[in-house]
Amino acid sequence: MTTPHSYVSPIPVRKAHLGDALASEWTKIRSLRSTMWTLGVMVLLMLGVGLAVAAIVSSSNAPTENESALGLGFFGVLLGSICVITLGVLTIASEYGTGMIRTTLTACPSRARVLTAKAIVFFLLVFTITTVTATLVGLAQVAMVDNAAEPTSGQWLRATVGVGLFMAELGLLALAVGAVVRHSAGAITIMIGVLLLPLVAAMFMFSESLAKVQEWLLDYAIPSQLIALYAGRSAMGQSGPSGWDPVWILLVITAAAGAGAYALLNSRDV
Amino acid sequence: MIELEGLTKRFGTKTAVDHLSFQVRPGVVTGFLGPNGAGKSTTMRMMLDLDNPTSGTVRIDGKHYRELQEPLKYIGALLDAKAMHGGRSAYNNLLCLAQSNRIPASRVGEVLDLVGLTAVARKKSKGFSLGMGQRLGIASALLGDPEILMFDEPVNGLDPEGIHWIRNLMKALAAEGRTIFVSSHLMSEMALTADHLIVIGQGKLLADTSMADFIQQNSRSYVRLRSPQREQLLDALHANGFTPVEAGGGTLEVDGATTEKLGELAAENGLVLHELSAQRASLEEAFMQMTAGAVEYHAHGTNVHGADGQGVTAPPAAGPRWGDTTKGA
Ligand SMILES: Nc1ncnc2c1ncn2[C@@H]1O[C@H](COP(=O)(O)OP(=O)(O)OP(=O)(O)O)[C@@H](O)[C@H]1O
Ligand SMILES: [Mg+2]
Repeated sequence: MTTPHSYVSPIPVRKAHLGDALASEWTKIRSLRSTMWTLGVMVLLMLGVGLAVAAIVSSSNAPTENESALGLGFFGVLLGSICVITLGVLTIASEYGTGMIRTTLTACPSRARVLTAKAIVFFLLVFTITTVTATLVGLAQVAMVDNAAEPTSGQWLRATVGVGLFMAELGLLALAVGAVVRHSAGAITIMIGVLLLPLVAAMFMFSESLAKVQEWLLDYAIPSQLIALYAGRSAMGQSGPSGWDPVWILLVITAAAGAGAYALLNSRDV
Repeated sequence: MIELEGLTKRFGTKTAVDHLSFQVRPGVVTGFLGPNGAGKSTTMRMMLDLDNPTSGTVRIDGKHYRELQEPLKYIGALLDAKAMHGGRSAYNNLLCLAQSNRIPASRVGEVLDLVGLTAVARKKSKGFSLGMGQRLGIASALLGDPEILMFDEPVNGLDPEGIHWIRNLMKALAAEGRTIFVSSHLMSEMALTADHLIVIGQGKLLADTSMADFIQQNSRSYVRLRSPQREQLLDALHANGFTPVEAGGGTLEVDGATTEKLGELAAENGLVLHELSAQRASLEEAFMQMTAGAVEYHAHGTNVHGADGQGVTAPPAAGPRWGDTTKGA
């Protein structure tokens, strides 16, 4: 047999880097209907619920004393977080559901690069949209409710940028869980459990011996942390997180989950 | 050039791929043949570093897959399952792949045109027919204009025109000096496209041979005879140094003879013949016989070999007619 000349791709090969993976993941996330749906519904919930709560409070004329009106954004954000969780899970689990993950990892065999690019694109998208929406809702609420305290600049920052960071981190946690579970419905269920179960469980802890656990759950449940972020002090008692603590706590949890997801992605068969 | 060395994959106690070593050379189409469950897809996934081998290595131009920079420019693959996101358009599915390897976006249009999907480029790939999905997969493999192309059962679900198209495409790609590695469980399909053949059964290498050699060694030609005077015919054949073999339905098969010769012999002996025909064993039969001991899933389900199934460790295809072409493990 003659030894034929070997073919070389005419497209020049360079060292691949994170920027290419970022461009690819941005195309992926913007070209899916599910992104529009989940983020659209989130914005509607934050705006709709936020304005409705503000309207109710302002018409009731209940004295809100030294509370600022920004805290009323909590309800819309809590509902909106379910959308962020869904999108976070779908960002990776839908690739497993469709088989796209095999193509993705064939094109970019570095698991770390794929996961990092997904995380950055998702984080920036959710952070931007949530922060902008939270700012709009905050402005409207402060304008609508007159008999409330004027928010401090610290409260403004936490109710906008802080809420944006908190939501984006929560979404990243969902993304990490999606990468571990590799099944959309399963991962979404787990994340909704993480979001709501601690409060529900705390409600049924009547026994004296469980008082400490109950208090801890009430302090550190995700909705409590969100309240603390708005209020600047612990949601229930004095012991819980306050100020920017929730953002740091969730960051640590998310980083740990992300490291676990990476280790599994790197060692498992696709 | 792809080199496999002692590649092994176990899923629990089941050995799907068992110490496979072979090379896939450039400039030719290499057929990768084996019955269902032989381990073809698993081998290909390990070549792409999707599954981790239990032991052994795969090298692509001397490198591990993870060491390749922008791998789509070296190797393009079509896997057996749909590997695209159905909610995305064909164009966007390809675009995100192109971007990850810095392939110009104009190339997406080119490959879509090449596989004939331009008209549906902006349609969601979810609604594609089996054949269209297969064409989209081939487009993604061609995206980086790579040196190596790997297709896992590319004709699955294609109509005759599509099969013809793939066949010519693979030949044209190989003629440009590319390495083509294509799996199938149809010998007849491989006979038309492949230049080189690798046969596996239950994860083990059964043959590594050129297609020409395989055809030469395995297409046994013989003459089939049927006569109401069977005993006299047998005597006459034996007397003339032939060794007839009894086949079903009262027929005799004679190797190494022509119809002319046997017809004259019958006439000389005054024998009546009801059938006198030249026969050629099909390559499909040869393939089936070669892998008979290694077939995983039998149609009637009464004889499923365990992981340590009999006939696997014996030298494969011990049949006398192609012993030369096969390689013992
Ligand atoms: N992820 C897995 N977990 C467990 N067993 C597996 C897995 N993947 C493959 N197998 C087993 O490994 C064996 C080889 O499967 P593989 O898909 O590689 O065969 P194949 O040659 O591609 O078959 P086909 O012609 O049907 O596509 C089969 O017995 C299969 O059941
Ligand atoms: Mg297969």
